[in-house]
Amino acid sequence: MTPRRLTADQIILIAVWVALLTVPLWIGGVGGYIALASRVVVLGLAAMSINFLLGFTGYMSFGHAAFFGLGAYGAGFTLKLLAANTLLSLLLGTLLGGVLGALLGLLIVRRRGVYFAMVTIAFGQVFYFLAYRWNGLTGGDDGLRGFTRAPLHLGPITIDILNNAEAFYYFVLACFAVATGIMGLLLRSPFGHTLLAIRENEQRARFLGIPIERHVWASFSLSCFFMSFAGALYALLNNFADPSNLYYVMSGNIVIMAVLGGIRAFWGPLIGAAVFVVLQDYLSSITTNWMSFVGLLFVLVVLFFPRGLLGFVRARGPQHDTVAG
Amino acid sequence: MTLLRVEALTKAFGSLVAVDEVSLDVAPGELRAIIGPNGAGKTTFFNMISGFFAPTRGRILFDDRDVTALAAAARVKLGMARTFQVTEIFPELSVRENVRIAVEVATGYRFRPWISRTERHAVERRVDEIVASVGLTARIDRLVGELSHGDQRANEIGMALALKPRLLLLDEPTAGMGDQETHEATALIRRLHREEGYTIVLIEHDMRVVFHLADRIMVLDRGRVLAEGTPAEIGANEAVQAAYLGQAA
Repeated sequence: MTPRRLTADQIILIAVWVALLTVPLWIGGVGGYIALASRVVVLGLAAMSINFLLGFTGYMSFGHAAFFGLGAYGAGFTLKLLAANTLLSLLLGTLLGGVLGALLGLLIVRRRGVYFAMVTIAFGQVFYFLAYRWNGLTGGDDGLRGFTRAPLHLGPITIDILNNAEAFYYFVLACFAVATGIMGLLLRSPFGHTLLAIRENEQRARFLGIPIERHVWASFSLSCFFMSFAGALYALLNNFADPSNLYYVMSGNIVIMAVLGGIRAFWGPLIGAAVFVVLQDYLSSITTNWMSFVGLLFVLVVLFFPRGLLGFVRARGPQHDTVAG
Repeated sequence: MTLLRVEALTKAFGSLVAVDEVSLDVAPGELRAIIGPNGAGKTTFFNMISGFFAPTRGRILFDDRDVTALAAAARVKLGMARTFQVTEIFPELSVRENVRIAVEVATGYRFRPWISRTERHAVERRVDEIVASVGLTARIDRLVGELSHGDQRANEIGMALALKPRLLLLDEPTAGMGDQETHEATALIRRLHREEGYTIVLIEHDMRVVFHLADRIMVLDRGRVLAEGTPAEIGANEAVQAAYLGQAA
């Protein structure tokens, strides 16, 4: 076989994975630390999850933090009340947010445009107030405490992911790889193509014979499952879950990450999350007003790079709306 | 042998009768044009055939099957595909992606989260064939939103062909085109008709297009059939000249 020239998307794919896999080698050199990288990966997954709906189906949700938070609380409850099993906590956390998302999705997909976004906020706030008020179960404003991620038992090997930050980082990265792998395969499938069609022109898609409501619901539900998986990882990362995980400000932040990085690019939201999290980490040690600077950057990106940071980098080539990889 | 039979189709919007007892028979392999001045009821007639709205009275038979009550999507499944007057496309996707979506939906893959390599190759081959037959092979990886109006229309026809139609309904295929584009679009439709054997019903404004293409022409005026016949007969018909040709000239 003669070597083929790599497309821009393939180069981005390789660059992203090389950077993620070698984090422990360079993160200290640039003034970061491993837990920060874990945070980037988890929030990057959250931003990519919302982008499944926003960038690849064309529907905006401002309440997705609810499913992120449900995943976090679900994982916390599992570890605190059921069993000290990290994988079980991920599974149950994902199911809690995902199943509730799929059920609420049945009601939400009947709405279009701004009404769709409003209904997602409304449902999101319901869960926020549940977490905030139900002191006995959730710990209320103080958050859910008293659980820690348990060691991983893989056959004869036991991996301590609690005290070994590097081991936990690679665990998070493995989870990230599985989730984004599934996401990528879905988007490259006929089902994924119908989502692009719906984003581009809903009426035309309907006339082709695509049942719009069913496909939008499927996309919404899938993005809720991915989102609550990210939320469950977030609870493991912090050994803590609190109502701000479900708050609409959190939804807004995750949307900002996605838009910063570029909603038409598969890896864009990850880049956006990296910029957001690193800026937050760095600026919040200098000023409590760090959000103003993130906001300024957001405005500049929207004005000058409407396709986001990664969208700007990607060559304007033929396959530029397909998924990297 | 009749592929499409329309019997005394009538559409009234309140007291306004837009289409008044219009009948039509289209044989397999025929290219039928429907023309008429503005407000003659062409588009209303066309929308009833493709299932966009229901007639007030009358019947539509496709392949001897009564489709009058069927929804648009159900008619597509039976083999009636239409294009739109206002070009309806997926602008930020390439020609390949536009046609591929139509092929996948037509193959019944629309909800499939995974397809095998063989299936994927079959889809790609079909996409290449269709794109070639509408003459867009050189621009297959260009974004449709960046193409000329004529090429967007060719893409739209390609998406209709992907549905494997036995009847192709073209809604003003050269609307808004310049001379060169009109010429290319006409050549494309002629080739689909003569070489690939598609049965086509089109409504059209541009008289030159119709006279060079159609086997038979139906002229509508104020919701009624004014004349029907070969291009030569229509050209010689005095009533048509009075109602339409004279007015256009």
